[in-house]
Amino acid sequence: MALKILMAVTGIMLVLFLYLHMIGNLKIFFGETTFDHYAHWLRTIGEPLLPEQWYLWIQRGGLTIAIVGHIWAATVLARRARRARPVKYAHRPKVQGSYAARTMRWGGVIILLFVIYHILDLTTLTLNPNGQQGKVYANVVADFAPARWYVTLFYALAIVAIGFHLRHGLWSAFRTLGQQKPRGERIARATALVLSLILVVGYLSVPFAVLTGLVG
Amino acid sequence: MDIQVRVWRQSSSEDDGRMVTYDVTDISPDASFLEMLDVLNEKLILDGDDPVAFDHDCREGICGMCSMVIDGVAHGPERATTTCQLHMRHFKDGDVIDVEPWRAAAFPVIKDLVVDRSAFDKIIQAGGYITAPTGAAPEAHATPVPKKDADLAFEAATCIGCGACVAACPNGSAMLFTAAKVAHLGLMPQGQPERDSRVIDMLQAQDDAGFGGCTNAGECTTVCPKGIPLTLIGRLNSDYRKALRNR
Amino acid sequence: MSEYWNEGDPIADTAAPDGPIETRWERRKFSAKLVNPANRRKLTVIVVGTGLAGGSAAATLAEAGYHVKSYCYQDSPRRAHSIAAQGGINAAKNYRNDGDSVYRLFYDTVKGGDFRARESNVYRLASVSVNIIDQCVAQGVPFAREYGGLLDNRSFGGTQVSRTFYARGQTGQQLLLGAYQAMERQIGLGNIEMNARHEMLELIVVDGKARGIVVRDMVTGEITTEMADAVVLASGGYGNVFFLSTNAKGCNVTASWRAHRKGALFGNPCYTQIHPTCIPESGTHQSKLTLMSESLRNDGRVWVPTARGDSRKPGDIPEDERDYYLERIYPSFGNLVPRDIASRAAKNVCDEGRGVGPGGLGVYLDFADAIRRLGKKAVEAKYGNLFEMYQRITGEDPYRTPMRIYPAVHYTMGGLWVDYDLQSTIPGLFVVGEANFSDHGANRLGASALMQGLGDGYFVLPTTLGNYLAAGPFEKIAEDHEDVVEARKSVEKRISRLLAVDGDRTVDSFHRELGHIMWEYCGMERTEEGLTKAIGLIRSLREEFWQRVKVPGTGEQLNQNLEKAGRVADFFELAELMCIDALHRRESCGGHFRAESQSEDGEALRHDDEFSYVAAWEYATEGGKPTLHKEQLEFEYVHPSTRSYK
Repeated sequence: MALKILMAVTGIMLVLFLYLHMIGNLKIFFGETTFDHYAHWLRTIGEPLLPEQWYLWIQRGGLTIAIVGHIWAATVLARRARRARPVKYAHRPKVQGSYAARTMRWGGVIILLFVIYHILDLTTLTLNPNGQQGKVYANVVADFAPARWYVTLFYALAIVAIGFHLRHGLWSAFRTLGQQKPRGERIARATALVLSLILVVGYLSVPFAVLTGLVG
Repeated sequence: MDIQVRVWRQSSSEDDGRMVTYDVTDISPDASFLEMLDVLNEKLILDGDDPVAFDHDCREGICGMCSMVIDGVAHGPERATTTCQLHMRHFKDGDVIDVEPWRAAAFPVIKDLVVDRSAFDKIIQAGGYITAPTGAAPEAHATPVPKKDADLAFEAATCIGCGACVAACPNGSAMLFTAAKVAHLGLMPQGQPERDSRVIDMLQAQDDAGFGGCTNAGECTTVCPKGIPLTLIGRLNSDYRKALRNR
Repeated sequence: MSEYWNEGDPIADTAAPDGPIETRWERRKFSAKLVNPANRRKLTVIVVGTGLAGGSAAATLAEAGYHVKSYCYQDSPRRAHSIAAQGGINAAKNYRNDGDSVYRLFYDTVKGGDFRARESNVYRLASVSVNIIDQCVAQGVPFAREYGGLLDNRSFGGTQVSRTFYARGQTGQQLLLGAYQAMERQIGLGNIEMNARHEMLELIVVDGKARGIVVRDMVTGEITTEMADAVVLASGGYGNVFFLSTNAKGCNVTASWRAHRKGALFGNPCYTQIHPTCIPESGTHQSKLTLMSESLRNDGRVWVPTARGDSRKPGDIPEDERDYYLERIYPSFGNLVPRDIASRAAKNVCDEGRGVGPGGLGVYLDFADAIRRLGKKAVEAKYGNLFEMYQRITGEDPYRTPMRIYPAVHYTMGGLWVDYDLQSTIPGLFVVGEANFSDHGANRLGASALMQGLGDGYFVLPTTLGNYLAAGPFEKIAEDHEDVVEARKSVEKRISRLLAVDGDRTVDSFHRELGHIMWEYCGMERTEEGLTKAIGLIRSLREEFWQRVKVPGTGEQLNQNLEKAGRVADFFELAELMCIDALHRRESCGGHFRAESQSEDGEALRHDDEFSYVAAWEYATEGGKPTLHKEQLEFEYVHPSTRSYK
């Protein structure tokens, strides 16, 4: 039970981050200067109380702890689930509940792989074709260039996976934290769906804007 | 109608078990699924084979004894229906039907389709009751119960303890079963004094019995022959947090 | 004397105090000896069966401090067949202020039982009924409630007062779960040693006292002897002797029958209740029958075609070619006549060749008028779940085409004979619930079975058993005591005998055939000729059974056919006794209708001068003549009268 509460709390922390991140992303539609300026501002949050980039590292530290906690709890729960059904069904069970719920674990793994790639791509710039520190706008545009369609595709798939993950994850978190009324149930389901959709649309808008030349 | 069944055969808990195919011919569409297996068994006995062992008793959907995963779905394709109330008219002539036992570490197979569900009794032992020794009861009308609560408690209490929720859960969790009992007793005024210890102890017993954890996948409620709602799990979670705080 | 039975000495219930009936139970409780709480731990009680009677008894005895060993054939005590009871439980609470009282419940029950029950027992049952409701509410049983939060009541089975407490259509389930949970609490505390998937196969009697049982572990096949200071049988009724009944498939008479063979008298075996509203058989695959709540008759109209063999669809039969026979024969009660009368009337029209559905064994229960009068919505609100159940089983939509119903065996009023203390004729052997013969006489009223089971288990037995145990703890019996060894050996021998036949017919085929004989000749209507014929048929079928039955597998494993074979073997012996009892009772009363004893217009005719007694049968030897002991019934308070529903 404690593990599930940990899942729910860390999950919600990560969702909050995803929202902040998305709002930042959408600044790309206000042009190169605004976007790059925003990226620069991130490094200066907390100044002069904190030295440059300190806030960012604190946030990164917090996120890492949340991710590790989330994954650790998921792994322990998954292993327990495996132990709870040592012999598999010969007739593969039909998915009766929700598809999103049944794909939480694989979805989670895909998302983790994406996050690693994403950091290597746009934070450390190791895998970025442009790779200029501070030229965030240019880096993004180079990333989603039509010739590199496979990157866009992977990005899109990962975002959709996150959408599925959140649709069930958020709703599940509400349940774990004690939501129980039939009315609350409808609200929880709708909230989870809407929040996930907003994220998916928000995140996908950037690469597709680049792809279609709206940003570039 | 003529069909084929592929049935899980396992001679004892030590045996590995395998699916075995049998032809069942000339079955009336009005026969229940268990009656179809009766017909198969009569044939197997006369042929000198070992009949298929399966649990069943009331055959009217209330005792919770019957327990088969049919084509990958606990209690078969009809919603809100136990295996004994599933009729052959829902299948087609020539169908090949897979029949397996509940599969969960906490429900070890005894023979063929028969499993040991005593883990459920253990969960109830841990706290699924109201301590009210015989003779100590006050007058029944001493404590009115709001109709809304009584109705909801009844709905939760209709659980027949069949174990389909565990069989269907991708995690082999017994959360719906436990939640139903926690909700039933927690909604009654008589159940308040033990409300905190009940939820903590029953969940502990559930973990100790080797059930998996709940990830709110919702498979349990879709196969539940009594339609126990998933919201009861939220209720249990909320009770659990409150109980931890009050400890 | 007869070629089928011997007549023995009369028997009397010496445990019941006399004097004013209102205080008999009070006085019995006071005169009962008590067991010092410190001594209770040293006393072991075996309880066989975990239904309402057995479950409530086990929990209560354990709470009192006795060491309880409990046995059931199901995989959990929660699955006993009490769970299937739908309607409700009666109690004389008079919450409706409609003139109900303990005395009225007592009166209704004695009358409903057609004056074949003991007044003392029935009065006690009526008086503990109010405590049962208190107890169940305290356990958290979610009874139906009104908006004010108080308990709801309804009228049931034609009574004029509303005294039936209910939990939608699942009252039995909720009451049983209450008892089960109380039991599990005691199991968790170590006061009850629970043995599920164990079947009692023999009673151990030492020095004339019941001291233990022989059980088979149904998973491993291991046979063990279990010793105790007293044995309680709560093993239910024997309706499955008919093969098709509303009982669960596993319900059987073995525990009772084994005790009977060891000397416990069997009371009124021929009293069977046949419920009029069950879903008819659909074919030879049929394995059991499903009951539909009697409440359907409140709005449904029962009819058959006027002409024989009319095979038109019900909708195509015009109004003037329909026979609403209950309304025609019983104009004042119409479709609401009591169970036994409705059942027999259905049988009569089917015997005339006017039955409907497969095999002509069914009558229509038509809601067309009700739907016209009240609207489909209202009918759905009242009966929706029953209609759904009917549709699930038959595949027909009762909103559009009339339901088909037919009577089915539902409850057995007979059982092991017990005195007021619920003790059988074997000291130390107590029998509770449907397994005993006690409180319902020749016919049980609706919503009274749950009341009796819980009354026996929660309130009566714990007192009277204490009185018996006060003389204990009894001398410890070693496992190698000759009587124990003998009992165990007889069980092992019987199992090997069943396995050794290795014939060419399955157990079920014998059981089905036995059921046919019983239904045909010892069912709703019995005649001397038919019963005599049945006895002959049963005897030859039993002989064939022991020569041709095929039981696959071994005794050392989970072997469901071996379990069934043992039960069917006992059903054969019981069936014969039922027929003999039915043959000897040359009167019609309650669930027992002898065609020779009817009024001019075909109603049941009692012969109080000759048959106002309980028939308690003593087992002879295998194949020998049983001995009849009569317990004369005295009616000091409710004077026998004739029931009339015209």
